[in-house]
Amino acid sequence: MDNLSASAPGVDQRDAPDGRTAARATSRSPDASAFRAVQGTGRAAATLVILALLLLGTVLVAAGIGPYRIPPLDVLAAIFRRAIGSAAAGPVETVLFNIRLPRVLAAVLVGAALSAAGAAYQSLFRNPLVSPDILGVSTGAGLGAVVGILLGLPVAAIQLLGFGGGLATVALVAMLARTLRGGGDVLVLVLAGIVVGALAGAAISLVKVLADPYDQLPAITFWLLGSLAGVKPGDVGGVLPVVVFGLAPLILLRWRIGVLSLGDDEARALGIDVSRLRVLVIAAATLITASVVAISGVIGWVGLMVPHMVRLLVGPRFDRLLPASILLGAAFMVAVDTLARSGAKIEIPLGVLTAVIGGPAFVWLLARRRHRELP
Amino acid sequence: MTIVAANDLIIGYGAIPIASGISIALQPGSVTCLLGPNGVGKTTLFKTLLGLIPPLGGAVRIGDDDLADLPRRTIARRIAYVPQAYVSDFAYTVLDLVVMGRTAYLGAFAAPGRADYAIATDALGALGIAGLAERDANRISGGQRQLALIARALAQRAGAIIMDEPTASLDLANRLLVLDRIAGLAKDGLAVLISTHEPEQAFAIADRVAVIGRDNHFATGPVDAVLTPEQLTRLYGVALTVERTPSGRLVVGPAAAPHAG
Repeated sequence: MDNLSASAPGVDQRDAPDGRTAARATSRSPDASAFRAVQGTGRAAATLVILALLLLGTVLVAAGIGPYRIPPLDVLAAIFRRAIGSAAAGPVETVLFNIRLPRVLAAVLVGAALSAAGAAYQSLFRNPLVSPDILGVSTGAGLGAVVGILLGLPVAAIQLLGFGGGLATVALVAMLARTLRGGGDVLVLVLAGIVVGALAGAAISLVKVLADPYDQLPAITFWLLGSLAGVKPGDVGGVLPVVVFGLAPLILLRWRIGVLSLGDDEARALGIDVSRLRVLVIAAATLITASVVAISGVIGWVGLMVPHMVRLLVGPRFDRLLPASILLGAAFMVAVDTLARSGAKIEIPLGVLTAVIGGPAFVWLLARRRHRELP
Repeated sequence: MTIVAANDLIIGYGAIPIASGISIALQPGSVTCLLGPNGVGKTTLFKTLLGLIPPLGGAVRIGDDDLADLPRRTIARRIAYVPQAYVSDFAYTVLDLVVMGRTAYLGAFAAPGRADYAIATDALGALGIAGLAERDANRISGGQRQLALIARALAQRAGAIIMDEPTASLDLANRLLVLDRIAGLAKDGLAVLISTHEPEQAFAIADRVAVIGRDNHFATGPVDAVLTPEQLTRLYGVALTVERTPSGRLVVGPAAAPHAG
């Protein structure tokens, strides 16, 4: 699966998987091995560049797809004209800047945020099978939003309630875990997440029963399955700063978050203040997840699957995993959302698509993993 | 000079003491073996010495400082911890794993640089496993994985290393290899504390032993003085004897003579 990096121009082919035997023979001297480590960093950097180009390409193509087709180069040209301030107000610009790009950029944010949160949680909970929802952020956001729909609130208020519901749920889980066990260890956190998540799920069911079946119930169902159909140009501007604010600590603390994956005792013995770092990671991951779920609704699988895919490309080290997950997650979400809005006559719910794509992909990953672990 | 010292320590979780009256001092260039039956608090003592849990009484001193006053970073630069080798859910390479030992020397927002990799590679070389640097740490032998974790502790450049049953679950060849390397670390000037279930290991590589038994029994001192047949019998609750083999090695066995035929 090193295809991506191995086929990249300028990437040293000797570092490909079959270079293992060579590695054994040549890394006897410290210098050689330190050099190889730096080379590994170079390969990871090359993969990042490729993923960034992939994201850019996906965005340009996706922005052109729809009832009014725009070739990718025209999309690029229109963006360029707009950037230098000589924007003509043609139909291309109207479609692009008022309809397509806001939605595509929202997909970028959603994919990036969910994948980053998933990668961070997998390291934090020392389990590659963990998703960003494990502490109930999506269920809590869902509860907030469906209550907003039930009360007939305007869209902005529904989004705010979703955001607040996500934050409040995780805060409740963290407080519960802290009360039950002084330091708040990982297992207690997960169990508290399950309990609070189940309660929020029950409350969502209750709201569904109470909702008007002809008007509110479809809206609730649609929201709980995730969609970017309702994204307006202003939404991206509102969510972007929150996502950047939440991603910043994850990116800055990337090395330490990776060391957390060794477990609490080892991480602490290696010099990390685990309790503080854990609170910070949970806060950052919750912030970015809740902020994107507020505009997209609940979208499963992405945060679980994308980091897995990325591990095949750059390995398990979190300092490489995180940026690669952000880029691939964003590209994946843009592609899926494009399929959702143009794949059928009706808008396909995103949660349905990610499950249909994610489920089989995940089975394949597990089968591959099992195969690899056999001697 | 003593690197790590504890006097009249009471250890335990929460408010419940598990063992008390523990005094231990780790000297540079020496191996101390900690022996005791399961459940008497060996791991609890390790966690207390590493500052992972607070002592319920007494204090752990690192050099001139009280452990409780030091930030985690500083502790990590002075005492390293080697857990029992385990298979991780993440397929780190051996070098990735070892370079994590440099964490205590990195700025909060930094990742290891060239110098850190050089130190990690040196540590692998010191344990004779430089050739494993790029291998998946989950796909090497248990003994190699244990050595990799010891290499990580070396990369931590601490004066004292605490190892939790480093030879448990290893086959005989790997056991001997790991023990030999541990003895080598002490020769290089480190203070090493290991826990083990095999008194023979103490006879083989330890300078001092500490034993924790049931009912708050604690003893420490030179190997020959502490690991007497009487002490061992009391410690494990079965009649034990120490015998010298023709080559001069000390072995521990049941006191009753085996039945003939």
